[in-house]
Amino acid sequence: MEFVQNFPCISIMLCLFAGIISSGLRDRAAMLVNTGLLLINTVLSACTLLYTLSTGEAFVYVMGQFPAPWGNEIRAGVLEALMALFFCIIMLLSLFGGRHKLLQGVEKGKVYLYYVLMDLLLSSLLALVYTNDMFTAYVFVEINTISACGLIMIRQNGRTIEAAVRYMIMSLLGSGMLLLGLCMLYDLTGHLLMSNLKESVALIVAEGEYTIPLIVSIVLMSVGLCIKSALFPFHAWLPDAYGYSTVSSAAILSSLVSKGYIFLLIKIIYRVIGFDIYRSTRIIDILFVFGLMGMIFGSLSAIRENDIRRMIAFSSVAQIGYIYMGFGMGTEAGMTASVFHILSHAATKSLLFIAAVGLTDVSGRNRQFVELTGAGYRNRWAGVAFTVGSLSMVGVPLFSGFISKLLFSQAAVQNHAKMLPALIVLGISTILNAIYFMKTVIRIYTPVDETAYPSVSFKDMRLYAVVLVAFILLNVTLGISSQPVVDMIQQGLAMFA
Amino acid sequence: MSRQRSKDEYEKTFAFRFFRWLSGSKDPYIGKVEMQVQQETVIPEETITERMRESEMIRDKVYDEKKNRAARTFHKIYVAVAIFFCIALVGVLLLTVSCLPPNGSASNPVNNEVSERYIESGLQETGALNIVSGMILTYRAFDTFGETNVLFIATCCVMILLMLDDAVLKKQAVMNDRRYEPKNDTILQGVAFVLCPIIFIFGIYIILNGHLSPGGGFSGGAVIGSGLILYVAAFGFKKTQRFFDEHVYKIAKITALCMYGLIGTYFYMTGANGMDNHIPLGIPGHILSSGIILPINVCVGLEVACTMYAFYALFRRGGL
Repeated sequence: MEFVQNFPCISIMLCLFAGIISSGLRDRAAMLVNTGLLLINTVLSACTLLYTLSTGEAFVYVMGQFPAPWGNEIRAGVLEALMALFFCIIMLLSLFGGRHKLLQGVEKGKVYLYYVLMDLLLSSLLALVYTNDMFTAYVFVEINTISACGLIMIRQNGRTIEAAVRYMIMSLLGSGMLLLGLCMLYDLTGHLLMSNLKESVALIVAEGEYTIPLIVSIVLMSVGLCIKSALFPFHAWLPDAYGYSTVSSAAILSSLVSKGYIFLLIKIIYRVIGFDIYRSTRIIDILFVFGLMGMIFGSLSAIRENDIRRMIAFSSVAQIGYIYMGFGMGTEAGMTASVFHILSHAATKSLLFIAAVGLTDVSGRNRQFVELTGAGYRNRWAGVAFTVGSLSMVGVPLFSGFISKLLFSQAAVQNHAKMLPALIVLGISTILNAIYFMKTVIRIYTPVDETAYPSVSFKDMRLYAVVLVAFILLNVTLGISSQPVVDMIQQGLAMFA
Repeated sequence: MSRQRSKDEYEKTFAFRFFRWLSGSKDPYIGKVEMQVQQETVIPEETITERMRESEMIRDKVYDEKKNRAARTFHKIYVAVAIFFCIALVGVLLLTVSCLPPNGSASNPVNNEVSERYIESGLQETGALNIVSGMILTYRAFDTFGETNVLFIATCCVMILLMLDDAVLKKQAVMNDRRYEPKNDTILQGVAFVLCPIIFIFGIYIILNGHLSPGGGFSGGAVIGSGLILYVAAFGFKKTQRFFDEHVYKIAKITALCMYGLIGTYFYMTGANGMDNHIPLGIPGHILSSGIILPINVCVGLEVACTMYAFYALFRRGGL
């Protein structure tokens, strides 16, 4: 056994240790521990990715003395390692970009708790990515939910507390449904390990004895994860939670937390139920319809919004709709497009949140569009970054959003039954995206003669500007050299089977 | 030859006024319209509250179901759909339960090789008489570490919400401590004086015997935590802080979780890499047996006791 194979386990345990130790440290020390942890984890995930790419197959890591169906297991393939690497990078950049706001928004003696939550959130994300066992997944879903609540309410004002309560109620409903579905599945199969579950499920389908409970449990697990990742009709908690929390939290919640649940759903589809059985249950048609509705209604709500942060939050609803539309295609190509969109949306949405905070800061912290007029001139770095993010969201070539739209349309063309609705809604949604994002870009570049607000230069915000440049580079890299990433995703999905 | 007009006469003509207007040198409104320098509008506070009240009244009227028929219909439909949806969900779930394998039947899919091995060779492999402890702390040690961290992160979230500054705490300390309980309640103090040691010892017994009899870290920790809470309720925070303040709490919590993490990591890494682990299993039934279960139980017990007490103290006065 190679030493590299220990890295997934080490990275999860490191996150937990860092969280535990940070709870006894002061604010600054906790921040340094968190930064070090993220850097180490980035390196470890990159090593894992390179290793899995070189061997070309996934490996299973037994957590303890006891092998598969008895003990715990984690599993790492190309897709898992890619996701872990990506999550670490995005979290690192989001935390750097929102650091100055964190110090403003949080009580002085409580900043270390923010980093404790962040460490544990990362551990749960990594565990959700690497897990090979449904119950481990559920345990870390719990950690994920609680730490996400903490991230929302750490900036204590009335609105964030309300948002956190809403988030908690909806999210716990989702967790409950996941657990209920999981219990039923255990009752039918007697296993919790993913590979054993898949064999048993295939057996049940072949025998045809417990079809109803099997379908109900699949539905419960899917709907539970849809609620947690804010698919269209369940998105009521989202705008407040993303709109009023501190900016790093908003970026991380929208780009990582909801994506972790979506990735778990992908794992369930491929590794627990089996792609063909999942497709034959027709649940994907429902996901498809709700995905399409989310794409349109999320964008419409974003157009009506007068607050830039809430507008970006509503845009997330539309983008989650894209991902579920890809699931709903029921083809390999649709799934590849969805996974690529997870990456592309994570890179873009966190960029938008971080850039928006720079724009509102030079407008007297007002988030209404009227006040933002000309903000792109007062903070040039944030202005450029916001424009790049908007262009990527709309789907202009060179940026990552274009590639995901291209992949979605290619997937739609291959699926004859769903081609027409998918393409039409994709077109409408792109136009709606363009309306509200270009409206904002035009607004921030409308010159004003006299302004009460001061401009900022590079010297005032070195770290912030560097983070924005890194985000832009990430976005453009995903947009220009997308083929290696798409190949990796396809290779990873093939390893899932 | 054209006639030369006088200046006064020329200024009255239409052409002169037109060209003057065109060049912008004369504002046609000057002298005709009353003009004032624009003032910043100051809205008195009363007007604002008045407006707020008005908008509230309008909102109340709009959403008043007696007057607005659309809202009434919507509310009715909403309730009806909600009830229908709940009944449908209950029906579907009941139908599902009726289709599940019958409870307790030997041929159920749950009775497979997994539970068979837990029951048959659990004792040899983990050295614990209590199969449940053996299962959650050895076979599935990673899940249980996750569960312990759930407790830890829950305390962190409560701290974010309720923890007060030290300065505020000191100011409130005098009145807050005895606010909700009667001062120096003799009966309570007498009972606590007798019960607290017994409760602590019972909790420690449950933790240390976790691998031999029903119980373990989670239940024993809860017992110790409730003993601490009883002590605080009887004697107040000042006396409790002589042996359990925030500093001790942090040290206990971090040591317990780190110990658990270290033992866990050692166990996972040696197991995964095919190395021997050098923790002896001992003789089943003895107090010092069953490998990693006993130390992990102690750690879990400490963490659970700390969590219970921290919840109480944070809700009670916003600090430990």
